[in-house]
Amino acid sequence: MNFYRMWALVERDLRKFFRSPALMMSSMIFPLMQLIVLGYAFGGKITNVTVAVVDHDHTAESWRVRESFAGVATGPKMFHVVDYNSLPPALNDLHAGIVGGIVEIPRNFSRRTYANDRPRLALIVDNTDQFVSSSLETEMQGIVDQLNSPSVTPRLASNVALNVVEVYPYIAYVKYLLPGSIAMSIFIVAMIGGGITFIDDKARGLHEGYLVTPIHKSELVMGLNLAGTVKGLMAGLVLTFIGGLIAGIPRLWDPVRLFYLIIVVAIASLTMISFMFFVMVRVDDPLVPRAIFGVLNTLLFFPSGAIYPTQGFPFWLKWISVIDPFTYTVHALRNLLLRGSGIEGIYRDVLILMGISALMITGSIALFKRQI
Amino acid sequence: MHAIEVVNLTKQFGDLIAVNAVSFTVEDGEIFGLLGPNGAGKTTLIRMLTTLTPITSGVARVGGFDIVREQDAVRHTLGVIPQAFTSDPELTAEENMLIHAKLYGIASAQRAELIHRLLESVDLLKFKSKLVRTFSGGMRRRLEIARGLVHSPKIMFLDEPTTGLDPVSRTNVWEMIRRLRDESHLTILLTTHYMDEADKLCDRIAIVDHGKLVALDTPTRLKDSIPGTDAVEAEFVNAPADWIGQLQKLSHAASVTSRDSAVHIASNDGPATVAALMDLARAKNVTVKRVSVQGTTLDDVFLHYTGNALRDAANDGASYDIRHLYR
Repeated sequence: MNFYRMWALVERDLRKFFRSPALMMSSMIFPLMQLIVLGYAFGGKITNVTVAVVDHDHTAESWRVRESFAGVATGPKMFHVVDYNSLPPALNDLHAGIVGGIVEIPRNFSRRTYANDRPRLALIVDNTDQFVSSSLETEMQGIVDQLNSPSVTPRLASNVALNVVEVYPYIAYVKYLLPGSIAMSIFIVAMIGGGITFIDDKARGLHEGYLVTPIHKSELVMGLNLAGTVKGLMAGLVLTFIGGLIAGIPRLWDPVRLFYLIIVVAIASLTMISFMFFVMVRVDDPLVPRAIFGVLNTLLFFPSGAIYPTQGFPFWLKWISVIDPFTYTVHALRNLLLRGSGIEGIYRDVLILMGISALMITGSIALFKRQI
Repeated sequence: MHAIEVVNLTKQFGDLIAVNAVSFTVEDGEIFGLLGPNGAGKTTLIRMLTTLTPITSGVARVGGFDIVREQDAVRHTLGVIPQAFTSDPELTAEENMLIHAKLYGIASAQRAELIHRLLESVDLLKFKSKLVRTFSGGMRRRLEIARGLVHSPKIMFLDEPTTGLDPVSRTNVWEMIRRLRDESHLTILLTTHYMDEADKLCDRIAIVDHGKLVALDTPTRLKDSIPGTDAVEAEFVNAPADWIGQLQKLSHAASVTSRDSAVHIASNDGPATVAALMDLARAKNVTVKRVSVQGTTLDDVFLHYTGNALRDAANDGASYDIRHLYR
């Protein structure tokens, strides 16, 4: 393999890239918008949910329950309470989406309380919105547990207590989303540079100009992949810093972490571009990469754990995440940016990404048509 | 040793035989033309010789190297100007030259001077820092010729070098091609469907039609090989049924054919034949709607050997190059 011929192609691509900042801008704008909008749209604490209270009992015990709600309404402000005289209008409003839940205190609530006869409260939730309904259920269960705790603390505690220790400070969803956004920016560069531009050049006949020279197909493939890697590295690093500032990642300029970030982003870029090149190596129609951009984006981004943990996936989706290069990119970046880990947190992902790259490049060289 | 040697070269795409057992040789320093309409197989033939397309059967040697077994050596030997523009529009003229110089391994110490000289020779030096997408077709073609010379090839292939260019640009390219051969003793193989281009430029012409080589000689000998030195063309009104037979008896008429609504007469003395034709038409009360006379052209040669006029066959050919859709 002649390195100079290979580097001539890299130089060609980079000259064109720097002359057209549109690609760099477009590879950053979409991931940044996604980071900001999705990051702040998701992951916040649920507040100001309207909860209807239907009190059929109207006794001291039922008032005690209602005072507990009022405490939550004025404190954490998760919900605000609206009184209803009967259940049917409350149900109507629940179906209409006006209230997010109904607490019904039954007629014999206080009598059963005094008789220790397992009094019950009803929580009717609108579970079309699982975020709100699960938050309401958790909050209500907390209120009920507090109501059930004895007024005098026993001298000998016999119940098992759970102390929760959070290793890291509170991680806002926008931080959680940042690794996926970085991976997305690399993917966009790979898609446009390695997919769309490659096929467009082929369709315009530009490749013929290079195929008549002595360049070997391995040099062509490696040169185009390396050019894409450099572009992806630049886009990925720019998004790391801009996105990191937006998300509030501390110590962005730490030199050791910076070094590991460059390694991960570079290897991820090589993997994405080689994957894209492999998919497009035999494609001639310029419409194909444009048509499959959205499909590939969905298939690669969402199963990667970028926006939701893979532990929650069904088994078939877990298998997609296993072969998805995004998964290892997101995992390595999350380890570096959120968990502050070093080489021990990324080496496995880097090795897997390198293996995927080697496979894709080998396949591309085998499939590349030196003659037309 | 011939510069180019082709023996029974064939290219088949499925049932279509695009190049059908073509054989010819090209000598050092010759400008050799492949003349034929679109779809005749010229581009396919040139792509095989330049190692862009695999062959189906046959043998060919370019610069003494086998195009199948010694492809690397062939690529070092030749310069290629494909039919489509292959210069990168998002790079400058100088950058296009520079990248190609690196692909051919030109030493860095020589590159700057070489690029300067080549751009100057094609009159593009003052545009060296301009992006190629701002160039006209003629400028782009000149740049690609310069680019094709960056590694000092011995043999140049030009595929339809003036297609799509305006008349002034065409003339400039012709002059450049002549100068290349005269100054550098380059061997040049070009394909064209323009008979004037083949006539003016080529030392020898191979006429290609439907993948076959139907005639090969110098332009003068090709024209001499067909009956008559002049071509008389005329249209008539109220011509009798045996009019063609009567015209065949005209003085100096070598052959008479009817094509579309016109009669084509190959004559050894065009003006004398026209005078005799007018006398005959007057005598037989036939109205002469139009008559013209000119020297025998390669179109007449093509018509003689293939039965079609070159300009008519140009509309008949099918092209398998879908890249035309994207230009």
